[in-house]
Amino acid sequence: MEDMKPEHIVGEYKEYTLTYYDGTTRKVLVTDIETPYPDGKLIVSTTDLNGIITHANQAFVDMSGYTREELIGQPHYILRHPDMPKAAFREMWETIKSGKTWRGYIKNLRKDGGYYLVYATVMPNFKNGKIVGYTSVRRKPSRRKMEEALRRYARMKAEEENS
Amino acid sequence: MSFQFTVSPDFPPTRLPSWYLFNTWLQKSTGLSIHLEMFPDFESQREAIAKDKIDLIYANPYDAAMLVREKGFIPLARPKDRLDEAVILASADSPYTEVEELKSGVRVAVTNDPAINLLGMMMLEPAELHSGNIEIIKVDSYQAAIRKVLQGEADIAFLLKNSMMRLSKLVQSQLKTIVESQIGDLYHTFLASTTLGEHAETIKKALLDMHNSPKGREVLEGLEIPAWEEITPEETDFMINLIEALK
Ligand SMILES: Cc1cc2nc3c(=O)[nH]c(=O)nc-3n(C[C@H](O)[C@H](O)[C@H](O)COP(=O)(O)O)c2cc1C
Repeated sequence: MEDMKPEHIVGEYKEYTLTYYDGTTRKVLVTDIETPYPDGKLIVSTTDLNGIITHANQAFVDMSGYTREELIGQPHYILRHPDMPKAAFREMWETIKSGKTWRGYIKNLRKDGGYYLVYATVMPNFKNGKIVGYTSVRRKPSRRKMEEALRRYARMKAEEENS
Repeated sequence: MSFQFTVSPDFPPTRLPSWYLFNTWLQKSTGLSIHLEMFPDFESQREAIAKDKIDLIYANPYDAAMLVREKGFIPLARPKDRLDEAVILASADSPYTEVEELKSGVRVAVTNDPAINLLGMMMLEPAELHSGNIEIIKVDSYQAAIRKVLQGEADIAFLLKNSMMRLSKLVQSQLKTIVESQIGDLYHTFLASTTLGEHAETIKKALLDMHNSPKGREVLEGLEIPAWEEITPEETDFMINLIEALK
């Protein structure tokens, strides 16, 4: 995936290099500007079995800062924020691959380097008894629970870096 | 033998004659014999569906998802520019102005509209409210839900946003919106059972062409639907997946 570009970033940023599950890397530029999650808004996306985005609704476009064309066909890790521990997504993938629904709190990276916080449901889509893709629905999280999750993620992240 | 047609029972009673006019129009336009069977509530309608007594239905998103997935119904059309969104209302003089002020024990008037209730519950999540810590007051219509709020017997009510527009100015002024959903991907859908066979295509054609004739337009106006438009299998899948994820 293309590196993030300074000209797209709003505000002061730090640079990180993320390594994704498929072995590729990407330079991401990160600010600490939060885009508040609007009440009642629902971000919906679907992916294929490998997490490649196949459908994104308007709310996804609005909140991520990418156009629909930039999202469709890209891996969902386009949103991965360096503050998120790998273990959180490992657990997500184990859950959904086994046919179950995962629910959790996620900090997502925007195209402009900022972030937004969501409560997400990710679930497998079945056809004739087989998993054919995944759907995720995100909405506004409870502040308290989100902050709890962010503290947990910071601890997990520190452990990942020490090991 | 005539086909059995029904409509999701989430429209105001004043709309009933318009649906009978619609059915007359549909029979004339397709040459098919179609009987319109109305059910007083979602439960009795679902029972009829379970017994395979329905051939044609104008369904809310929740039932549409179930009918496609479990009964193999085929989506024919959806209303143009008429999305299904949910609102949470309170009385205008309520101390509450936003979701995060709501506390456990809050009294919620709900109808049995399954899609709206899913959305309503989802919109309460930021306040850490769920079915275990709120008081649910079941009513059988949107009008009744509004009455509960206005009479102080409920703090908030879940409603289909479209049903708000039909309230009188006076009633609207006595209410306020705490939050409304912004989804953009949910709509009622006109569905046919496989029992219709090739007739499904005839009905679909008639629906998609309906706004092109003066008579068709007149009937559509009564239903407050500008026109019917095609719905792709991908759009249907997306809506079903969304509903499943909210359950
Ligand atoms: C339906 C679906 C939705 C997802 N949504 C997100 C998301 O909002 N943010 C995110 O960082 N990862 C999301 N993921 C997980 C990513 O696919 C990916 O696992 C994650 O970003 C971590 O990257 P990595 O697996 O390369 O380490 C989603 C996955 C699926 C299947």
